[in-house]
Amino acid sequence: MTPMIAVENLSKTFVLHLQGGARLPVFDHVSFEVGAGECLALVGPSGAGKSTLLRSLYGNYRPDGGSLSVRHDGAMVNLMTAEPRTVLALRRRSIGHVSQFLRVIPRVPTLDVVAEPAIALGEEPEAARRRAAAMLERLNIAPDLHALAPATFSGGEQQRVNVARGFLVDYPVLLLDEPTASLDNANRDIVVDLILEARGRGAAIVGIFHDEAVRARIADRNFDLTAFRAAA
Amino acid sequence: MSAPLLQVEALNQRFGRIEACRDIDFVMHPGEVIGIVGESGSGKTTLLKCLAGRQVPTSGRVLYDMRVKGPTDLYALSEPERRLLMRTDLGYVTQNPRDALRMGISAGGNVGERLMVNGARHYGAIRDTASDWLERVELDPGRIDDRPATYSGGMQQRLQIAKTLVVNPRLVFMDEPTGGLDVSVQARLLDLLRGLVRELGLSAVIVTHDLAVARLLADRLMVMRRGEVVEQGLTDQVLDDPHHPYTQLLVSSVLQP
Repeated sequence: MTPMIAVENLSKTFVLHLQGGARLPVFDHVSFEVGAGECLALVGPSGAGKSTLLRSLYGNYRPDGGSLSVRHDGAMVNLMTAEPRTVLALRRRSIGHVSQFLRVIPRVPTLDVVAEPAIALGEEPEAARRRAAAMLERLNIAPDLHALAPATFSGGEQQRVNVARGFLVDYPVLLLDEPTASLDNANRDIVVDLILEARGRGAAIVGIFHDEAVRARIADRNFDLTAFRAAA
Repeated sequence: MSAPLLQVEALNQRFGRIEACRDIDFVMHPGEVIGIVGESGSGKTTLLKCLAGRQVPTSGRVLYDMRVKGPTDLYALSEPERRLLMRTDLGYVTQNPRDALRMGISAGGNVGERLMVNGARHYGAIRDTASDWLERVELDPGRIDDRPATYSGGMQQRLQIAKTLVVNPRLVFMDEPTGGLDVSVQARLLDLLRGLVRELGLSAVIVTHDLAVARLLADRLMVMRRGEVVEQGLTDQVLDDPHHPYTQLLVSSVLQP
């Protein structure tokens, strides 16, 4: 198996300097690999560090020890030592991320929020917007909402906008943080289909799925973080 | 990979006993937008002026990748060479547009003057370009002959941006570009800046004390305190997982509306 993601001996502790230097150990000695077309589900109770690990894989959080590499343009790149612009290039071309909550720029219309990653990759803006509209409609976001900024949308609508944005580009690596959490059954099934399609085309997926039925349909393996709890 | 646009090496700036900038080192590549954040008095503006060729540092080098010569220390250039570079390649946007605009001549004159200094002579073409730029920064071209004194603060700031960008600088420095504007005007200006940065692929260094502005515009952040860069990294890394005590204080001090 060619690894798309390789994590080795990864550890992360938050140090809260404003609270007397309190140390919050999250995980220690985490190692795993994920190959193309494989989906790994991170499991463990709330506070086990699942989101912290996922954010680290996106280069958002900075772990303290070990290494964390993602395949980019044919070579494994260690996100912990890569230059900022390299991390940005990975995010543009290689790693898609659907966060738990949509962080939107106020005043930017939904259609542009979704089309943006494709345009950043050089797709012609009109073509990208057409695909974005189709993706939004597949996720049951009605066309009359496309021109509005998603700030006032419901939680479930915002989550579907976030999913649409994350799936518009065929990233080789996908990181999914609770992509179905606030969705009704019909919309949940649509998102599951999107994830299965991505896995089918060879994406390496790491995700957090609290819904066991969803996890059973998508994940090839579970990775339980409980065992990697670092000592305080 | 392209060569760095700017390389800053061991830059120090002292004012008597005060160390305004201490041992600053960083490299900037074309197309990057770097934010400098920190409280007032931390040395942000002094650093910006040193980078922009406007303040001779006490020691250290600021190497700019010149079109012909390649990487050259700004302060090793002769005065006329540096002035030419600042007119053609380096843009500078001040917090107070009235410091940069000439209030006694028309809006179009303020923009067109830059082109004339760089050799443009055809009056009609200069006026067309100026009018075009007024439109790009969302100013009414019908007011091209009005003096900036008749413009609101937000409009003056947009005019300053037009005047800065009309010569197609490769690197733009901005000192609190949205400071002193009320929030709705600030929002429009931020949308405009964000659009221009993307559309023109600008390289920019932006000083701000507003972390939301930094998140919106900057790829990378440098956090300054007492003249030192205490933390740097990708903007979202620094803001979401701050490591330095001072950065943690900054991030936790922001009020959520």
